[in-house]
Parts: sequence; structure tokens; C-alpha cells
Amino acid sequence: MKAFLILEDGHVFTGTGFGSDREIISEIVFNTSMTGYLEVLTDPSYAGQAVVMTYPLIGNYGICRQDMESLRAWPDGYIVRELSRIPSNFRSEDTIQHFLEEQDIPGIAGIDTRALTKILREKGTMNGMITRREDFVLEDVIAQLKQYTPTGVVRKVTCNEKYVLPGEGYRVALMDFGAKKNIARSLNERGCEVTVYPAYTSAEEIIASHPDGIMLSNGPGDPKECVEIIQELKKLYATEIPIFAICLGHQLMALANGCDTHKMKYGHRGGNHPVKDLMTGRTYISSQNHGYVVDTRQLDPAVAVPAFVNVNDGTNEGLSYVGKNIFTVQFHPEACPGPQDSSYLFDRFLEMMKQ
Amino acid sequence: MPKDNRIKKVLVIGSGPIVIGQAAEFDYAGTQACRSLKDEGVEVVLVNSNPATIMTDKRIADAVYIEPLTVPVLEQIIRKEKPDSILPTLGGQAGLNLGMELAESGFLEAHGCRLIGTTPETIKRAEDRLAFKLAMEKIHEPVAASLVVENVEDGIAFSNRIGYPVVLRPAYTLGGSGGGIAHNEEQLIEILSNGLRLSRVGQVLVERCIAGWKEIEYEVMRDSIGNVITVCNMENIDPVGVHTGDSIVVAPSQTLGDKEYQMLRTAALNIITELKITGGCNVQFALHPESFEYCVIEVNPRVSRSSALASKATGYPIAKVAAKIALGYTLDEIPNAITGKTFASFEPMLDYCVVKFPRLPFDKFIQAKRTLTTQMKATGEVMAICSNFEGGLMKAIRSLEQHVDSLIYEDYSTKTVEEIVEMLKRVDDRRIFVIAEAIRKKIPYEVIHDITKIDVWFIDKIAILVEMEQALASKPLTRELLAEAKRIEFPDCVIARLTGRSEKEIRTLREDWGITAAFKMVDTCAAEFAATTPYYYSVFDGEDEAKETSGKLYFEPLTPEDVENIVRLEKPDGAVVQFGGQTAIKLTEALMKMGVPILGTSAADVDAAEDRELFDKILEQCCIPRPAGHTVFTCQEALDAAHQLGYPVLVRPSYVLGGQGMQIAINDDDITQFIGIINRIAQEHPILVDKYLQGKEIEVDAVCDGEDILIPGIMEHIERAGIHSGDSISVYPAQSITPKVKRVLVEYTRRLARALHVKGLINIQFIVANEEVYVIEVNPRSSRTVPYISKVTGIPIVDLAAEVIIGKTIRELGYEPGLQRESDYIAIKMPVFSFEKLRGADIALGPEMKSTGECLGIAKTFNEALYKAFLGAGIQLPKHRKMIITVKDADKVEIVDIARRFEAIGYEIYSTRGTARYLNEHGVHAMRVNKLEQDSPNLLDLILGHQIDLVIDTPNQGALKSHDGFVIRRNAIETGVNVLTSTDTAAALITSLENRDEHFTLVDIATIEPVPHASV
Repeated sequence: MKAFLILEDGHVFTGTGFGSDREIISEIVFNTSMTGYLEVLTDPSYAGQAVVMTYPLIGNYGICRQDMESLRAWPDGYIVRELSRIPSNFRSEDTIQHFLEEQDIPGIAGIDTRALTKILREKGTMNGMITRREDFVLEDVIAQLKQYTPTGVVRKVTCNEKYVLPGEGYRVALMDFGAKKNIARSLNERGCEVTVYPAYTSAEEIIASHPDGIMLSNGPGDPKECVEIIQELKKLYATEIPIFAICLGHQLMALANGCDTHKMKYGHRGGNHPVKDLMTGRTYISSQNHGYVVDTRQLDPAVAVPAFVNVNDGTNEGLSYVGKNIFTVQFHPEACPGPQDSSYLFDRFLEMMKQ
Repeated sequence: MPKDNRIKKVLVIGSGPIVIGQAAEFDYAGTQACRSLKDEGVEVVLVNSNPATIMTDKRIADAVYIEPLTVPVLEQIIRKEKPDSILPTLGGQAGLNLGMELAESGFLEAHGCRLIGTTPETIKRAEDRLAFKLAMEKIHEPVAASLVVENVEDGIAFSNRIGYPVVLRPAYTLGGSGGGIAHNEEQLIEILSNGLRLSRVGQVLVERCIAGWKEIEYEVMRDSIGNVITVCNMENIDPVGVHTGDSIVVAPSQTLGDKEYQMLRTAALNIITELKITGGCNVQFALHPESFEYCVIEVNPRVSRSSALASKATGYPIAKVAAKIALGYTLDEIPNAITGKTFASFEPMLDYCVVKFPRLPFDKFIQAKRTLTTQMKATGEVMAICSNFEGGLMKAIRSLEQHVDSLIYEDYSTKTVEEIVEMLKRVDDRRIFVIAEAIRKKIPYEVIHDITKIDVWFIDKIAILVEMEQALASKPLTRELLAEAKRIEFPDCVIARLTGRSEKEIRTLREDWGITAAFKMVDTCAAEFAATTPYYYSVFDGEDEAKETSGKLYFEPLTPEDVENIVRLEKPDGAVVQFGGQTAIKLTEALMKMGVPILGTSAADVDAAEDRELFDKILEQCCIPRPAGHTVFTCQEALDAAHQLGYPVLVRPSYVLGGQGMQIAINDDDITQFIGIINRIAQEHPILVDKYLQGKEIEVDAVCDGEDILIPGIMEHIERAGIHSGDSISVYPAQSITPKVKRVLVEYTRRLARALHVKGLINIQFIVANEEVYVIEVNPRSSRTVPYISKVTGIPIVDLAAEVIIGKTIRELGYEPGLQRESDYIAIKMPVFSFEKLRGADIALGPEMKSTGECLGIAKTFNEALYKAFLGAGIQLPKHRKMIITVKDADKVEIVDIARRFEAIGYEIYSTRGTARYLNEHGVHAMRVNKLEQDSPNLLDLILGHQIDLVIDTPNQGALKSHDGFVIRRNAIETGVNVLTSTDTAAALITSLENRDEHFTLVDIATIEPVPHASV
């Protein structure tokens, strides 16, 4: 089945459609991970985006539902060079082709993903359409693409009601802005009882539950859109409860404390980004997925200091709040997919709760 | 952390001669590291016994020693050069062992020197089986149940406890030599006793057999403050049981999910952290195919064959970064040269697939056992890059230069399904082709997988290639089908064969349909960042990104079609083929057809040197004699030629590398047999039958500018004609030729170079018999002896040739034409063999080349140079002072004096009846031992008794070769006994032993300047 990927700048790629036959418009982003396609597909932070995999061979080890990072796949579309004809892995339960059909996600295969990635790298992230219509009118599509802005994605991905993952140790309130399962799992594995709250839960409700610590999760979209959440985070900041935040959570806490965030040209998405822990001088390879970044120029050193920095481009990768038991990172210590090198940060969070 | 300023002068240990398990990858790594050190202002002293290396170029290091790699030699170099540091992690296992010995003996400390890049403790914990096991237990990394044993009895007891099969791995050996899998006690005893002898410390690990598990490797790096990264992971298509050097390997892994990938990645990083490695390290895992269970197989705490592959596969310069780490830098401080923006503290992301294919030497060693085991047998490898796995595999196969360009290899079509199933059980170099046939015969994937344990994903990929073969053979050739065939890298010639069209038709169709190759970058980062110094690979499913910059590297197979893809894009003004050996010379005709002028010696003249009849005409014109000979195609023609010339005759195919298929025939049966072997592969060119002359062999390399010639020197072989020049001991300057012969040699070289209009390099081999000079071979290209002669004379003949090619003359370059004055040094090139790794291969030397590498002995005197050369080749005698001599009748006269001299230095001589009687009759005491079929104690018992230093066994040529001799030679080699098969080599060895002097004069190659003025 012929399918097309049309970019905002007029580039048209022709490939083969798979998954759903719906037509979609989305923001096109690329991910450089060589493994972990299922984790990528089920990461809620990709809501509102269509993902290009730069690794050309996808689907080799099939689908193992246990590896899903949330209950469903989130990207609007999926763009690959080649899908494996058969999956091969002892845990595989399904093919990626069938999984994407079931999840109703349109995909396009057989395109030069490297050429596409270079366009996104050079011109920055842009909108695109995946369609099977052969009779599209390019000018009309481009006009449509230029108008498109995804909104309200956190509301789409967060849980509807709070729920508890039992544990014998510290009681952690996890704010679900689109949390990957492995955040809760990492805390659970360390004995914590994790209560997962919908993103728009009031600070008062959380404080009233007297948690030992608060975990702010990752999530999709432009952080500045989350105006109400930022207001609640200001209240959480004012308490003495230890807070650890990842990705969107990190950005929101920064916004709650007078920092600015801005959209990056093409973001960081993959499993090979070096981040330097400024406290120890050590560099770790991290899993990343973000298109926005905290601008530390407005950072008041009396409020927070940089804790991690990206070795490649010098962007902020984490903040330590002065006089507070608050620590936030831009990257993903929960990995899945990607390196587990920074999982020690969950231990650091446990240390924070001990004090 | 900035550079450690205490490090000012570093001794770098090279890896020595090329043997199976330790090849050119170490030169690649070592050269990269030396440059990296020099860039940092560090003075580099290099030692390597192998002259055919880039690292021994005087531009690479500040002082260069081409000396034997032994502890006493290194100690002497350290005393002389006084380096403050030694970098031992670039010279493979041999380099690491030397560094370790120097450190452990206290010598380094006493001389204010220390190891950098590793510590003795790290080496010990990674390499010593028991220490390694304890280290892994400490960090809870699983290893297969195992026990280090120092005797056979303990091995038997432990194997009975854990159950057969068991894997045996000797400690501190190269390429797993001496190891293997034992399925029962008998096999255990055989392999274990051999392994105990080969191990430097007399230890062998007996281990639970995990054959059939997935074999996964990680290349990891760590710096001094503990930052760790993974450069690359690799999946062996052949599961555990086949040495990774003999496996088809793909990077990155293809059948691992993120959970398995990260689990093993984390384990690899934990291991490098625990071992406190600073630099690069290779970790090999066995992963259970149906669970998350895994075992650490081994760790190489140094650059290795795998790290060279990982470097090329990803673009990440492991050796360079390792050198910077050794100087004290941390990963986040070292820039990534490819992107220029990022740093060494990141992990390369591939957006393509890399396939490495081993080059196994069974086409050369036809008697060798082709079974692949945990002991490496490959003499080389090829690597291919493509956006899909199928394409990578196809490119790799045609890169092998083994007369195969697809999965259709030997014709298995007449085999039955049962026969193919049986063949699948054979683990050898043909297995992948047998799998393809199994798929053609519709044998289910599961059956293939159950037998081979190869992952179904790979089997399916092979099936995709087979389906394409079938589609091309049966369906109309549409644009879609052709595009798909090209996407998975079917070469035009294979498509032509399968579709019944001509190659030209296919090319025209492709051009009409716009199906052409495009080139993609290897940039370390999957296009995330712009690259400044990338290299390229071809694809048929993407847009081109090889922009108009100069100095590009294309990683592609060396076939006419692949080269043409590059030519179409680059439109070069010319091509240089004379520096690429026979492989490049073979592309000459194809390049001409593409309209690319050959720079230097023209294609027509290259052809004239290779084409027998044209060449004969040139010799005639130049009045140069050659041994009489004929060109033939059939066996009958060959017999007629032999009868006319009279036996012995030399039989060989034309246009071959390393004398492949060349044999000396002494009767009709030999001719019939040899022609049969040669004609197993369809010959495009005739077979040559020449009169065999037993004389002195002389070799000359020269540069010619079209008018004048420059001969840096004349080399003479120790062995008489009949042994391939690559397997002969070669001496510069020639010691035993008269001035008259010398003048003739120079004159003939001049005439030939002019007649062939040589522009650039020429290599000529002569035979001198009774003061007459005959030409036996001319190669209008660079040769094996070029590095050696350049280094010892200080004349950079490759640079000169390159200048000449672009129009300069020898005089313009500041040289007086003619034979240059002899150097003050004698240099002796010694061949090095890998026979112990190739079970069943006959080690007897002959016209076909068998050595895998070489070393050089260089000194002011012949005797010292000779001793150094033998020492460099690993011949350290005497030990037990017992030897065996059995020679053919023709050699009996000559052996007497040699035997007498061995006796004089204290050797006890054992011989079989004929030789013993002859020696005793001539006053040399020789003890008679029984032949093999006779009662014990016979020759074999003697050899297996570990008391013999040396066997001199000269076999009869041709079909008269006795089976006994073969068995003796094999057993000796496999027991680690030195074996010589020529009396000339034996005479040289005794000369060297008679003049043994532990104190050497050291020669710094970097200080050798050409001796001014020509003498002829």
C-alpha cells in the first residue's frame, strides 16, 4: 500500500503504509535508539508527535507486551526504513505490524529515514502528514500543516484517577504527566509505596496525604501550556517534602521558579546523550526524549543551581534547588529504552526522603 | 582531568608478525594511537618486529625499533631510550604479556618507568582465569561453571562432575589456540594436554559448555575517573562454539530487545569498572536464546580485533581515544573528530547494518580441517556496510575474493534433503551456503535452527536472498524486481546469470530505470549532528550524500561493479592500482573499460607482464633468459609440455596471488592431480608449465620513471628456488652473488622496466644458476618486500613511486638512478607461519605461499641479523637439546654437515633408519628410532614426550610425499615443536645458533638515511 509523508517544507517521501490507514498530521521528530521501539511507541511523551526511527531495521524482536511503558501506543504516526518480515525473540507475542494495526497508528516504511533526519536536523522539527491519498494537493497540505499545533497533550495522557502501587517503604506521590511505567517500577523496586495522581490533582490533596516524597514525571508537549500545574507546583515547592522530577516535571518545576523554557531546534531523543553530574564531575550516558529545554540564563542562583549539563551542546540537564530537598533532571534515569547508568538517582531520591 | 604531565616519553609495544588471531588490526590501532600521542607532544618510541606495518614508518614514531619482541630486547630498549611510560595495550595479547612480565619482574620500577593504559593488576584480573572468576563473582556477574586445572587428572574429575561436553580454554594464548570442545574423556585428554603445553602459565580452564547460546560482544571504554561508555555491540551469527574471529558478525545486535541489550551493556560496564580498565575493553557474553540467563565468556583488556571492527563499524576511533585516556584525559574532554562538535563521552548510534565475514584460508590449505571451533582459523576478514542486513551480507560475500558473489557457492542442487540436513551439522566455512540450499529445498526454518542454533531472524534473511534468486530466475524482470534485487545488493553479474541476460543488459536497464547506487555517511551519530570527516558506503535505497569534498574513503567491495559506482560519482582523472597488490591489479582492465586512465604503468603493460605470451616476447626483445615453459589449458597439453621440458616442472595458474595453486611436478601423476585442482575453478587465463631450475633466488624492487630506474637494494633468498618468495628467508644486501651477476641483475631490471614502460614500482624475481641469471616473475606493482627494503635502506620508495606517477623524475627527486649504495645494515626477513592453528594443513614449504606474516632481523652483521630474525619469529633455542632429522635421499649429503654442527652445540640427534645410518656412516652420532607404524618408542612418542626442540624433515615433492612425514610434521607443530622442511633453512638456523649473543645492538630505523650516491 503506497503511502506518503509530506513535510511542512514541501518534501514528499513515498513509502509503503502499514498499521492504520488513517491520515494524520503531527509534529515529526526523530529518535536514534537502536533498540527499544516498543518502549518508544508506548512512551506517553510522544503524544502529539510522529516518530522517525533512525535505526533502519525495526520489529526484529517482535512485541513483548511486558515491555510497554504505558497501556497503549501514543505517537500519531510511525516512520521507519524497514520492518522485519518476521519477529524473532523468545518473548515475542506479536508482530509490530499487527500491534500498530491494533493500536490504530498509521505508519510508513521504505523511506530514506537518514535523508529525513537530516532535513529535521537542518531545518528543525516540523509538522508532517502521513497519508495514503495519492491525489493530495501539495500546496493545500502545506497550508494545513503550517496551521497545525498540538495542544492539551498532558490532559490526554495522564491517568483519570489516582491509584496505589503498594510497597513497604517510603510513600511517594507520583504526579502522572504522562509517566513511563518504569518510574513507578524503579521506586517500587526500592520498596516505595507509589500513589499515582492525575496531572491536575491539587497540591492541597497531595500535601494532605503526607507523602515522604513527591515524584514529578515525564510527559509530552510544551511545558508552558501547563499553567495550572505550574501553579500547584509552586505550592509543593513551598513545603518541605522532598521532590524528584524527570523531564517535563523538571521543566515545570523550573517554570514554577522563574525560569524560562524554550523549544529546541530538533530536541534530544535517543539513548546516547552524555550528561555530566556537576556534583561529582562524572559523565553518564542517558536516555532522553525532550523537545523543550530549561533556559538557565534567568536562573536565580539563590533558587537553584545547575546539577547536570549536556556534554554535547551544553544545555541544562538538571537542577538542584538551593535550601530545598528538590532535585530535577531533564533526562530519563528510568531508561526503558536506553542506558540504566543514571538509575542511581532513584537511590539519591530515597536518601533525600531519609533526611 | 587534563593530561598527566609526567608522561613525556612513551614506549609503544607493537604486536609482531601477523599470525592467525593477531593481524593487521593491531597495526591500525597502534598507528592511530602513536599519532594521537604525538599530537599531544609526547615522544614516542615504538618497537615491533614486523616491518610490514605502518606503525614502523619513521613518520609515526620518534624512534622505531624493528626488533624481536622479547623481554631482554625490551629491557635493552628501555635502558637505552629511558621512556617514563609503556603503553602495552596496543600490541594484542603478545604486547600485554610483555608489559606484564616487565612490570612483574620489577624491571620497570627500577628504571623509573611504569605501565600506562592499564596496570599489572588489571591485566591479571582480566587474563588469569581464577582471578577473573573471583572478580566476576564479586560483582555478581555470572560465568559458566569452570575450574582452572594444571593437570589432566583434575580436568577429568571436574568434567565428570559438570558433565560433558566441556570447553577447554588455555590461559594466555592467542586466538584461543589450543582450546576446543571435548565431548568425552578421550577428547578431553587430547585437547587438555595440548592446551596445558601451549599456555604460558600451564593452566587450562575447563568450563560448562554453552555452545549454541547467542554470542554477543560489547566494546566498552573507561577513563581514569570512572566514566564509562559503550562504543558498539555485536552479535555473532554463529552461536557460541565458533570463535568470534571465525564467525559472521553483525553490528549492532539484531535479535536483542532493549531489555537484553541494556542488561548486557550494564554488565559490560560493571565489568570494566570492577577491573579498573583505563582505555578500551572487549567483553564477550553468551546469552541463552530462550531466557535472560547469560554468562561472561571473556574480557580482553586492550584493543583487539573486535575493537578494530567496532571502530570501523561506528567511526569511533577506539585506539586514539584509548591513547588519550592513557595520558590522563577523561572521555568528556576528548573531542569526537568525526562530528567536531561532540565528545568521546557519547555512544555511537548506527543507522545502517555492518556485516563482518571471516576470510578462511581453506582454499590455500586444502588439506586443513575446515571445521570451525573455539580456536580461530581465519587469516583475515572483510566488512561491509549497508542499510539492510541482506545487502551487508551480499557485499561481504563478494568482498571475500573467493570466487563467490552470492549465496550460490558449490553446487548442492543434486544433494538430497537428507544429505543437506547432514551437511548442516558440519560447522564449517560453507555453512551459510548450505543453509541457503536448505531453504531452496524447503527445509523448515525450525529444522535449520535446531541443528545450527542460528537465530531464525538470520535464517529468514538468508531466505529473503534465496527468494530473490528464485524470483530473478522465474519472473519477468520488472523495474520493481530489479530495484529490490539491487536494494539487497545483488550484483549485476549475479542478476545477469539468474535472468539469462548479459551483465551489460542489466546495467543498461538499471540506467534506463534510474536504479543507481547512492552513498551514505558513517558519522557515529545517525545523522543527529553534521559530520566533518565521515566515510561512505553505498545503498540502492536512498539519496546520495557524498558531496564534492576531496579525500573521501569508500568502504566497498573491490569488484568492478562496486568500483564503477564510485567512478560514476567521482569521475576521477585516473586510478592508481600498483599499490593495492594483486587485488587492485585485477581491476585494471575494468577501470580501463570505465574510461578511467591508469596512472603510472599502463594497463597494457600490466597485462604484458601477466600474459605469458606477451611477456615472452618482451623477454626475447630484451635478450633476457627465462626458464623454458609453455602455456596450456588442458591436462593433455600440460603432460605434453612437461615431457618436452623434462621433469621437474613448475605448474601454476596465471594471475594469482601468493603462488596459489603452484606446485612442482616430478611425474605424470603429479601433473594430472595439479591440473585437476587448478581447473576446479574455471580459469579465464591459461595455466603455466615451466622447467623448474634449482638455483639461488634473487628479488629486486625498483622505481622507474619511464626512463631511469632506482634500485634500493638486492635481496637474496636463503632457500633455493622452489619455495615461494613469501615463505623464504630473505637477506638484504645479497650476500653470495658476484659483482658480475649484480651488474646483470641491474641491467635486466633496467631493460624490463623500460620495455614494460614502468612508471612507479616494479618487483622482479630472478634465479641465478651457474652464474646465469633467469627471470622467473615480474610484478608491475608494489610487493611484499617494499616495506622491508624501504625501512632498511631509508629510501622511501613508495613516496618516490607516487611522485613518479604524477610526473616527477628520479633525478628531480634528488636521487641518482641505478643501484643504490648498500646500507650499513644487514636486514633479514623471516617468514612466520600459523600452522598450529590449521589442523591438517601440510606445513611442508613449496611454491605456494603458506606464511601469514613476517618479521625482520636487522643488525650490523649477518649472524646477528639472522639470530634476531629467528628470535623474532619465535624460535628460541636451544631448550632440551634434542632433535629429529629425517631427510629425503637427495638431501642426505647436505644434512651431514648441518647435523654435525647441531651435534657440536650439544644436540642429541634422533633419526629413522635411512637417515640414521647415513649420518652414522659419516661420523655424526644419530640414534635410530622407529617409524610411525612400528612399535613404540617411535618418532611420535618422542615428539609427544615434549623433549624435542626441533624437527628437520624434508619431504619429497609431488605425489611421492609420504603420509608418515605429514603425520610427523603435524604432530610436531601441534606439540609446539619447531619444524623445518628445507636444508637451507636448517643451515641458516644452525649458523644463527652458533653465533648466539644475548646482547644485541639496537637499530633505530628512524635514524637510517639513504647512503648517498649510486654505485652502479
